[in-house]
Amino acid sequence: MSYFKPINKHPNLEKNKLGLTRRDYEGGVSTLCAGCGHDSISACIIEACFRLNIEAYKVAKLSGIGCSSKAPAYFLNASHGFNSVHGRMPSIATGANCANEDLLYLGVSGDGDSASIGIGQFIHAIRRQVNMVYFVENNGTYGLTKGQFSATNDLESKNKYGEDNLFPPIDLTSMAIQMGASYVARSFSGDRDQLVPLIMGAIQHKGFALLDIISPCVTFNNHDSSTKSYDYIRNHNEAMGKTDFVPLGEEIKTNYDDGSSVEVKLHDGSRLSLEKTDHNFDPTDAGNSLELIREKNKEGKIITGLLYVDNKCKPLTEIMDLPDKPLNTLEQDELCPGSEVLDEINKGLS
Amino acid sequence: MSDKKYLFKRNNVWWVKLAVPLSLRSELGYDLRRTTGEKDLDKALPIRDKIVEEFKTEFQIRKVNADDKGIVLRGTEHMQKTDISDPQYFHKVVDCQYACPAHTNVPEYIRLIAQKKYDDAYMLNWESNVFPGILGRTCDRPCEPACRRGRTHDKPVAICRLKRVTYDYKNDIDPYLPEIPKVKNGKKIGLIGAGPASLTVARDLLPLGYEVTIFEKDNKPGGLMRTNIPSFRLPAEVLDEEVYRIIKMGAELKTNSYIDSLKNVIDSFDAVFVGTGAPKGKDLEIPGRKEASENIHIGIDWLTSIAFEHTKSIGKKVIVIGGGNTAMDCCRTAIRLGADDVKVTVRSPKSDMKASDWELEEAIDEGIPILDNTSPKEFLLDDEGKLKGMKFEKMEAQYTDGRRKLIPTGEEIIIECDDVLLAIGQDNAFPWIEKNIGIDFNEWDCPIVDKTTMQSSHPKVFFGGDAAWGPENIIWAVAHGHQAAISIDNFCSEVDLFDRPPPLTNLVSQKMGIHEWSYDNGISQEARLEVPHADLKQALNDLKMEVELGFDEKLALDEAQRCLNCDMQTVFQEKLCIECDACVDICPTDCITFTTNDTEEKVREKLRVPALNLDQDLYVSGKLATGRVMIKDEDMCVHCGLCAERCPTGAWDIQKNNYIEAHNLNKGRVKAKEVA
Ligand SMILES: Cc1cc2nc3c(=O)[nH]c(=O)nc-3n(C[C@H](O)[C@H](O)[C@H](O)COP(=O)(O)OP(=O)(O)OC[C@H]3O[C@@H](n4cnc5c(N)ncnc54)[C@H](O)[C@@H]3O)c2cc1C
Ligand SMILES: Cc1ncc(C[n+]2csc(CCOP(=O)(O)OP(=O)(O)O)c2C)c(N)n1
Ligand code: SF4
Ligand code: SF4
Ligand code: SF4
Ligand SMILES: [Mg+2]
Repeated sequence: MSYFKPINKHPNLEKNKLGLTRRDYEGGVSTLCAGCGHDSISACIIEACFRLNIEAYKVAKLSGIGCSSKAPAYFLNASHGFNSVHGRMPSIATGANCANEDLLYLGVSGDGDSASIGIGQFIHAIRRQVNMVYFVENNGTYGLTKGQFSATNDLESKNKYGEDNLFPPIDLTSMAIQMGASYVARSFSGDRDQLVPLIMGAIQHKGFALLDIISPCVTFNNHDSSTKSYDYIRNHNEAMGKTDFVPLGEEIKTNYDDGSSVEVKLHDGSRLSLEKTDHNFDPTDAGNSLELIREKNKEGKIITGLLYVDNKCKPLTEIMDLPDKPLNTLEQDELCPGSEVLDEINKGLS
Repeated sequence: MSDKKYLFKRNNVWWVKLAVPLSLRSELGYDLRRTTGEKDLDKALPIRDKIVEEFKTEFQIRKVNADDKGIVLRGTEHMQKTDISDPQYFHKVVDCQYACPAHTNVPEYIRLIAQKKYDDAYMLNWESNVFPGILGRTCDRPCEPACRRGRTHDKPVAICRLKRVTYDYKNDIDPYLPEIPKVKNGKKIGLIGAGPASLTVARDLLPLGYEVTIFEKDNKPGGLMRTNIPSFRLPAEVLDEEVYRIIKMGAELKTNSYIDSLKNVIDSFDAVFVGTGAPKGKDLEIPGRKEASENIHIGIDWLTSIAFEHTKSIGKKVIVIGGGNTAMDCCRTAIRLGADDVKVTVRSPKSDMKASDWELEEAIDEGIPILDNTSPKEFLLDDEGKLKGMKFEKMEAQYTDGRRKLIPTGEEIIIECDDVLLAIGQDNAFPWIEKNIGIDFNEWDCPIVDKTTMQSSHPKVFFGGDAAWGPENIIWAVAHGHQAAISIDNFCSEVDLFDRPPPLTNLVSQKMGIHEWSYDNGISQEARLEVPHADLKQALNDLKMEVELGFDEKLALDEAQRCLNCDMQTVFQEKLCIECDACVDICPTDCITFTTNDTEEKVREKLRVPALNLDQDLYVSGKLATGRVMIKDEDMCVHCGLCAERCPTGAWDIQKNNYIEAHNLNKGRVKAKEVA
């Protein structure tokens, strides 16, 4: 028996503007447990990149340590990748971002990687508005090390062996909004219709985009008392209205009643159209968003959808006024200001 | 109360069977069957009523739609959960087996070849199609255009050539032949004609203790397989081995015995099977036909006289008229007999020719020109009254609404020739069947025969092969033979002829352990392998030299690896599924979609890849926890098993679907199963 995906593909498979099919965006066959939510997220990343006609060689996949951090091996085979030590992916992303603005940075991390060991780095990457999509594949556990509680596990959620969790969870979305993240969404690995447009929006957004994605660990955190199991999420998911990604120059296809949808323009001119279930909700008002998250938490609901967006933010490279071109393409004359400038400086010192 | 109408029992479970109205039979088959799933008759009865109602509504909808639109719509309701206990559901997924008139289990014999178990592979074929060596060389192979590989890749698996491999590489298979009872059952059956149809009936009846007598007008058995299929396609040893194997099973063969009166035969037997073929070659009544008759030959008669070595030569210039396989055999035979200028003329465009692609290709490869759109007008004679050529008119094909019309262009051409061979079709002819003995004929002088039972209007007389509905091919003759043998056995045992044995089926899980499956999904991605041919020059000089050499062992094993194992079925259990999408993501050909249920038309549109091939079914699950359903488009599944391998809960399983079409050889097996 071979476990490799055969090269066969459906002859009628849709092609994108680059003439590629979804399958051209795949990676190696996953070695994660069958049924792991992380694999579904990989599939959604593939779908989003396919639909956005992204050239894989213009993408860098960055990750730390964990099952989630292994996932970049299972999508976008033709992209760049960097697998850092545990919790250190944000620093790599920050450095890479400064050195080369042209690449699309997809950071893939877990709740352990980001909310425990890497939380310090995580917060500063947000604060500095690194231009990247930051995925937290959130399963409430340390999957790779066999199921210890993570810092996002809910207080009442026991582990697989029935032991109590002693500490309250960190809510990554509220924390990110408070730290200044400019695109914050929560979703569920099992809801592709919601997740794919959110990823597409995050990719087109310029600035730090956090996707906190509940992603069940079938092996260590899918039991009855878990609050991150498939069943629990399906029963407690409160999805905000439908999200549609509208590429540049295309018409919005879905029709909502007047006033029941908002449109968010992204940096490249494409738009997200959000159906509103709550008429008073404004996704560009941080206070509003924090309030909503807190309220739903209190009700025992998991609110999913685009929670906050600031489409006017300045990304790191602009804040620091870095050169537009990747550093490795700068020529001698661009790097060296020349003897005249040097003389000028020297004069100032004398 | 135990009203058993519409019910029958299989493996101790009650099934519902409802006859399909005549007008829907070509589409739905003779009857519809579904299990009630109940062993207890009282529990089965209420379920029966429900199912019967469903069937009746279905008939009603289809009839109305068919009347309204001339097409049959697929219902307007949400899709029903697929009933995989219906043996036909998974049978249909095995495209080759489903297309085969005898329903030979192709993927199983190909796997046996891959394991070099040639004897087993041969016997599997023999039980189902009776003439693996003959068919492996000559079969019309309806399985190949149906082969899934033709959709997922480029060309189908060389199924027919692999069948030949089972013959070429087998050892002595005599020990595996069915036992023939010493004590007979007292029933005598007369078979008229010793072609493949009759021989199949004999083979199927002998193991049950019937006494079988075969009457053949020629001096050797085999029918058209001997007299018309040239030995450069089918060597005499192969034919003799497979034909005489049946005779040796205990059939009494009377050769040189032309039956000139059915009436005289009927009373000596408990049942009679007519397998006399369609022996009359069509003639061409155009000017000059009578005058030139010495050099004009009816193709099938001419081939026969060559087979019996009465004819040994032909003129130098030969025209063959006709576009079917007989024309191909005639032209290739003429060349081998010494003609040096052979042309085939056909009225239609080349693309519409009836000949199988491979036979046409062989003729073209042997350098024979095919003149299409060429319609014969007149035989031309020289001063001595001898044939000197033919006049033809060029035609033009015009297509309106997909219908072809051949329009004469007025352009005439003349082709010189010494001899003409007519290969323009065959007719049935029954001058020896009396009109007053209860056998009804239709307006074309063909007997009226029931499609399911092969019974004529005379209860004791059955028809099959070309004699039933006109010229077909060997594999259809075999399929008819199986059905006729079942009917004859029922008839002699006083069982209703429509109470036919169901196919033997079972589904066996292939899971052996974690990450272990008992079949090899590592298919070859190579193109279809070519079969080696004999040296052309030599072959064209020798009437008996076989042209195709068959695969050697290496080629056979490589070709076998191209098979997609379509009998390895994906079986889904919704109660185990947690909707994690692992199967959706791993499936290489995007067969699986989880979505909301809808009408078939809408469902087909909204799958991951729209399901445009309406010939292929959708596998629909019951409702899942989220209210959605799983829908699998069977069309492009490569049976890799990865969905089952990746499924964390075992909601998908891979199960081998063993489907054995009913024939009398497995009657003993059915009995064994019922006991168990
Ligand atoms: C030139 C040619 C090439 C063909 N090539 C192929 C091929 O490659 N592959 C393929 O699948 N099919 C081929 N066919 C078709 C195939 O041979 C027939 O469909 C098949 O043999 C039919 O079988 P049958 O048993 O119905 O009848 P037949 O094979 O026609 O056998 C009938 C037998 O009955 C005998 N008979 C007839 N009347 C009487 C009587 N009154 N009394 C006693 N005996 C009688 C005949 O002598 C004959 O032996 C070919 C046909 C032709 C003409
Ligand atoms: C410096 C360091 N400390 C501890 C570990 C052990 N370790 C490996 S993965 C992991 C937790 C991963 O959890 P998470 O990021 O949630 O990933 P998951 O496997 O759940 O997807 C830990 C603690 C390590 N590899 N390196
Ligand atoms: S241990 Fe959990 S997180 Fe890791 S691969 Fe398995 S299911 Fe996924
Ligand atoms: S066996 Fe399963 S995974 Fe493989 S092609 Fe078929 S449906 Fe897809
Ligand atoms: S992999 Fe199994 S459990 Fe997961 S969706 Fe497919 S069938 Fe259901
Ligand atoms: Mg985790």
